[in-house]
Amino acid sequence: MATIILFAPLIGALICGFGWRFIGEKAGQVIATALVFLAAILSWIIFLTHDGVTEQVVLMRWIESGSLATEWAIRLDRLTAIMLVVVNSVSALVHLYSFGYMANDDNWREDEPYRARFFAYLSFFTFAMLMLVTSDNLVQMFFGWEGVGVASYLLIGFYYKKPSANAAAIKAFVVNRVGDFGFALGIFALFFLTDSVSFDVIFAKVPELAETNLTFLWGEWNAANLIGVLLFIGAMGKSAQLILHTWLPDAMEGPTPVSALIHAATMVTAGVFLVCRMSPLYEYAPQATAFITVLGATTAFFAATVGLVQNDIKRVIAYSTCSQLGYMFVAAGVGVYSVAMFHLFTHAFFKAMLFLGAGSVIHATHHEQDMRNYGGLRKKIPVTFWAMMIGTLAITGVGIPLTHYGFAGFLSKDAVIESAYVGSQYAFWLLVVAAGFTSFYSWRLMFLTFYGESRAGSHGHGHGHGHGHDDHHDDHHHEPHESPTVMLIPLGVLALGAVFSGMIWYNVFFGEEGKVRAWFGLPVAEHAATEHSATADTATEDSASGADHAEGADHGTDQATADTAAAPEGEATVTADAAHGTEGDHGEAHSYPQPLPGQGAIFIGPENDVLHEAHLVPKWVKVSPFVAMVLGFLLAFQFYIRRPDLPGRLAEQQRPLYLFLLNKWYFDELYDWVFVRPAKWLGGFLWKKGDGTVIDGSINGIAMGIIPFFTRLAARAQSGYLFHYAFAMVLGIAALITWVTLAGGAN
Amino acid sequence: MDNLLSIITFIPAVAAAILALFLRGDDAAAQRNAKWLALLATTATFLLSLFVLAGFDPADTGFQFVEEYDWILGLKYKMGVDGISVLFVMLTTFLMPLTIAACWDVEHRVKEYMIAFLLLETLMLGVFCALDLVLFYLFFEAGLIPMFLIIGIWGGKERIYAAFKFFLYTFLGSVLMLVAMIAMYMDAGTTDIPSLLAHNFGSEDMQVLGIHVVGGLQTLLWLAFFASFAVKMPMWPVHTWLPDAHVQAPTAGSVVLAAILLKMGGYGFLRFSLPMFPVASDLLAPLVLWMSAIAIVYTSLVALAQQDMKKLIAYSSVAHMGYVTMGIFSANQQGVDGAIFQMLSHGFISGALFLCVGVIYDRMHTREIDAYGGLVNRMPAYALIFMFFTMANVGLPGTSGFIGEFLTLMGVFQVNTWVAAIATTGVILSAAYALWLYRRVVMGELIKEALKSITDMTRREKAIFAPLVAMTLLLGVYPALVTDIIGPSVEALVTDYQAAIPADAGDTQLANN
Repeated sequence: MATIILFAPLIGALICGFGWRFIGEKAGQVIATALVFLAAILSWIIFLTHDGVTEQVVLMRWIESGSLATEWAIRLDRLTAIMLVVVNSVSALVHLYSFGYMANDDNWREDEPYRARFFAYLSFFTFAMLMLVTSDNLVQMFFGWEGVGVASYLLIGFYYKKPSANAAAIKAFVVNRVGDFGFALGIFALFFLTDSVSFDVIFAKVPELAETNLTFLWGEWNAANLIGVLLFIGAMGKSAQLILHTWLPDAMEGPTPVSALIHAATMVTAGVFLVCRMSPLYEYAPQATAFITVLGATTAFFAATVGLVQNDIKRVIAYSTCSQLGYMFVAAGVGVYSVAMFHLFTHAFFKAMLFLGAGSVIHATHHEQDMRNYGGLRKKIPVTFWAMMIGTLAITGVGIPLTHYGFAGFLSKDAVIESAYVGSQYAFWLLVVAAGFTSFYSWRLMFLTFYGESRAGSHGHGHGHGHGHDDHHDDHHHEPHESPTVMLIPLGVLALGAVFSGMIWYNVFFGEEGKVRAWFGLPVAEHAATEHSATADTATEDSASGADHAEGADHGTDQATADTAAAPEGEATVTADAAHGTEGDHGEAHSYPQPLPGQGAIFIGPENDVLHEAHLVPKWVKVSPFVAMVLGFLLAFQFYIRRPDLPGRLAEQQRPLYLFLLNKWYFDELYDWVFVRPAKWLGGFLWKKGDGTVIDGSINGIAMGIIPFFTRLAARAQSGYLFHYAFAMVLGIAALITWVTLAGGAN
Repeated sequence: MDNLLSIITFIPAVAAAILALFLRGDDAAAQRNAKWLALLATTATFLLSLFVLAGFDPADTGFQFVEEYDWILGLKYKMGVDGISVLFVMLTTFLMPLTIAACWDVEHRVKEYMIAFLLLETLMLGVFCALDLVLFYLFFEAGLIPMFLIIGIWGGKERIYAAFKFFLYTFLGSVLMLVAMIAMYMDAGTTDIPSLLAHNFGSEDMQVLGIHVVGGLQTLLWLAFFASFAVKMPMWPVHTWLPDAHVQAPTAGSVVLAAILLKMGGYGFLRFSLPMFPVASDLLAPLVLWMSAIAIVYTSLVALAQQDMKKLIAYSSVAHMGYVTMGIFSANQQGVDGAIFQMLSHGFISGALFLCVGVIYDRMHTREIDAYGGLVNRMPAYALIFMFFTMANVGLPGTSGFIGEFLTLMGVFQVNTWVAAIATTGVILSAAYALWLYRRVVMGELIKEALKSITDMTRREKAIFAPLVAMTLLLGVYPALVTDIIGPSVEALVTDYQAAIPADAGDTQLANN
C-alpha cells in the first residue's frame, strides 16, 4: 500500500507531463489529480489503522560502495503516517483547487498550454515529498530533500516570463543548497562515525556518538552535537529559519496553490520532520537542541514582527509560516517531538487554508495582492470570507482557556508554548510575544481585506486609468466575484481540519504521556500507563509515593532515590531502566520503560521529562498565549476598524522602526552586500586576473611566448597547413619512442 | 574472440583508412557516405564492446581479455581491461556514435572530419586498453593530434591560438611523463604494466641536485606523471587551456574533449600514480586535495562571471574534475568509486551540455549568453532537456551527477574535513552558475528579434539526447550497474594502497574521550 502511495503521484506526473499532448490537457490534469486522491485515501487508511510498529519495505538497491550500502526503501512508522496524511491530503486538495485557480491565467496567451505542466510539477513535488518522508536512510531523504527543492524551483519560476519569478526561483534553490551543504556534511560525518546511513544503524549507535569527539575543521567537537547542528543547518534552509529564511517570502512569486502546498503545508515542514526523525540523535545532543530552540524562538519572533507591516497578502502569510515553523522547532528543540509534529499537523490544515483563501481573494480581485487595495470584500466573497475567518481563528489560537476545546491552532500552539516554558524561558517569552503579533497581523489581514470600504484602485493601482472614468472603469473590470465551487470545496475540507484536527488528536500528540508514547510506538508497560492516567494531575503526591515505592523496592533502590532527589520540584523522575521500572513502579507517575534509540517513531531520552512537566506548568503560563492573542486582536481592531488613521501615523512617527520591519530587517540587502556582490566580483577577478594575468601570464609565460609564435606562423598559412604540423608531431612522437626503445634496449 | 579489444580498438581506424583511401570527391553524396560509414563503424564498435561488458567478470580484479604480441623493436603489444578501465572503454564506444551524429550538419571537409574522429576513437580506446607503457604513451600522445586538428581546422575564429595552446600544454606535461617512463623502465626492467604494478619503486629519501627528496624515486616519478595528468584533467592552476580549447572547438570536438579526453588524466592517476607510487601518493595527497578544493571553488566562481556559454560549461567541467582528483587521492573505496563514477557521469552530462550549446549555436551562430533569452517560448523540448542536464550538472539526486559528487565528498570527508567542507560549497556555487545560465538563455520573455523564428530540436537532435538522458537517469537511480563492476577492482586497489603506505599515515581523526 505504501508503495502505491509513493508512486501514484509520480505516475500522475509522468502521464500529465508527457502524455497531455496525446490525451489532452484536461485528461492529464484529471489523471494526476485522481492519482493523488488515491494516494490521499490510502494515506488516511494507513494513518488510522497504523499500530505504531515500524515497518520497512525495501524496493531496490541504490548507492553501494565498500561499506556504504543504501537502498531505495520505505520506512513506515507513526511519523511517516502523519506526514503521508498531511502531504497527500493537502496535495490532493490543492490539485483540485488548481482546476479553478489555473483555469484562466492572464500570464499566458490563449494558445499557450500551461495547465498540464503545472499539474505535472505539483504531482512531481508530491512524489519527491513522499520520498522524503518515507525514506529509511539519510541519503534517500536527501534525494527527496533536493527533489522537493527542484519542484519548488520549477513552481516558483512557473511564470517564467516574469524576471521576478525567475530570480525568486533561483534564490530559493541556491539558499536551500546552503542548507543542503550542512545536511550533506552531516551525512558524511555520520557515515564516517557509524559506517552507515540507514536510520536503524545510526540510532543504535547514537549513545556512542555522544561519547565520541570528532575533529572537524578547526576544532574537536562532540560528535552528536556537531552532527545535530549540521543536519539542522539543512533544516534551516528547507524550513526557512532565520539566516536562511530569505527565500521564502520571495517564493510567493509562484502561483498561490503552490504557496499553499509547498511553502506552507509540506515542504517547509521537512526540516521539522528531519529533526523529529533524528530525535534519537538530538536526545543525545543537548547543545544542538539548545541551538534549535533559540533559533526557532528567534525566528518565530522575527518573522512575526516583519509580518506586522507587510502589505502583500501572500507575504503576510509567508512570514506567518516562517514564524509558525519557529514554533515547531522550539517544540522539537526542547525535546517534545510529538508536539512539534502536532503543530506541524494542525498548521498544515489552517495554513494551507489561509493560502488557498488568499488565492481565492486574489482570484476574485483579478490578481491583486496588495491588501491596501482590498477592503469590504466580506459581502462579495462570503464563502472565502468565512474560510479565512476559520483559518484566522485557528492560527491565532482561539479556544476556551484551560480546556481542550478550541480551534486546531489553539491546542497545538499552546502545547508548544507550555513545552517551551519547561524547556527555555527565552523561547517561552518570545513565543508568547510572537503569539500576540500573530494575532495582530492575522486580524490586520482580515480587517484590511474584508472589512471597511473597498479601496480598489486607490493605491497606486489605478495606473493607466487615472482620469475621470476611474470608478466606472474599475467597477467594470474589477468587480470581485466568488470563486468557483471547485476552489471552494478544498476550503471547506481544510476548514474541517482547522476546526477539529486539534481537538481530535490532542490526546495522542500532547495528552497523557502513556498514550503519546504508545501512539508513537514507544514501549509502555501496561499498568504503568493506566496508573499514570489516573494520577497525572497530582504530581506532588505522586512524587512522594513514587519515592516511597522506589525506596521500598529492593532492586536498584539507590539509583532510584538519587534520581528522585535530584529531580526538580521533587518529582518522581525515577528513570527506571526497563528492568527496575517494571518491578518497582506501582504508584509512580510516569516511569516508562526506557526505549532503545530507534525504537518507535520518536525517541524520548532517559532525562527528557518535558512532556510530563509541560502538563504541570502554572495556570498563568497556560493562559498567557490566550491573553496575548486577545491583546493582538484588540490592537488590530483599534488600528484597522475603529481608528484606520492610526497605522499611518504610527508608521510616520516610528519611521526607522517601520522601515526596518518593512524591509525585513534588511537581511536581503545584507546578504547582497556580504555574499552576492563579493562572489560576482571575485568570479570576475579570478577570471581576469587569476586565469588571465597570473596563470596565463606568468606561470606559463614560456608557453605563452611560444604560442603566438606558432600562431603567427600559421596565420599566414591556410588551416590546411595544420596537417603539416600534425605530421611533424607524428614524426616527433615516433622519434621519441624509437629513442626510448633504443635507450631502453641499451640497458 | 581472443582479440576482441584489438578489434574494437581498430575498427574505427580501419574505417578511417577506407575513407582516406577510397572515398573520392567532396560532393553531397560523398559527404553523406563519409558520415554514414563513420556512424556505422562507431556503432559497430559500440555493439562489439557490449561483448566485452557481457564477458567481463567483475569478481576478477586482474586484467581480462588480455592480448599479447611482439611488436617492432622488441616492444610488446599488450592489451587488456580491468574493472577500472572497462567502463571507460564503454563510455568511449557509447559516446562516439552520438558524436558522429552530432556533426551531421557539418559541410566543411567532411571526409577529413570523420577521419579525425575515427582515429581519435581508436587512440582513446587504445589508451584505456594498453597494458604496456610504450603503447600507452603512443596512444596517449597521438590522441592529441586528431584533437589538435579538429580544433584547428573546424574550430571558431581563434582556433589556431586555441589549438596550439591545447597542444603545447598537454604536450609539455607529457614530456616529463616520458622521462619518468624511461626511468621506470630502467628501474624495473620492463614496460609491462601488470609487472610494473607489482614492482616496488624505491621510496627511500634521496638527494637530487642538492635537494633532499622525501619519498625518493617514487616522488620524482609521481611528480612527472602528475605533470602530465594534471594538465590533462585539467587541474587548477593548469586548467586555462581548457576554456579556450572548448570555446574554439566545434560542438562534436567539445563533446569528445569534455566527455572522454579529460578522463585520461583521471584514468592515469588510477592506473599509475596511486598503485605504482603509493608512498609518494600518500605524501603528496594533501597537495592534490587542496588543489582540488581550490579548483572547485575557484572555477565555480569564475564560471559565475562568464558571458560565453561554452566557457561557462568548460569552467564547470574543471570544477567537476576537481571532485574526481579529490576522490582519487582520498584513496578509500568511496572516494575512488566516486571518482570513477563522476568521470563516467560527467562524460554523459558535460557531453550533453555541450550538445545543448551546439543546438542553439547551429541556429544562431553565437555563444554569447546575452544573445539569447526566452527560448522556452519557442523551444519547449529544448528547454526540458537543457533543464534536465542543468540539474544533473548541479548534482541533483536521482541523476548520475549526484552519485559521483556524493561519494567523492564522502570519501574525502574521512581524510580531510577542511577539504570536504570547502569542496561541498561547490554544490552551492554550481547551483548558482548553472541556474543563472539557464535563466538567461531559456527563461524570460522572448524579446530578441533574431530569436523569433528559432525552431525547436529536430528529431535527429532529440535522438542524440535520448540515450544520454537514459544513461544519466539510469545510473542515478541504479548506480549498482557501475559500482558492481568497478567495486572489486577498486577494493583491491585501495587495499594494496593502504598496505603499501607507512602504517602511521592512516587517518587519526577519531578520538574517544
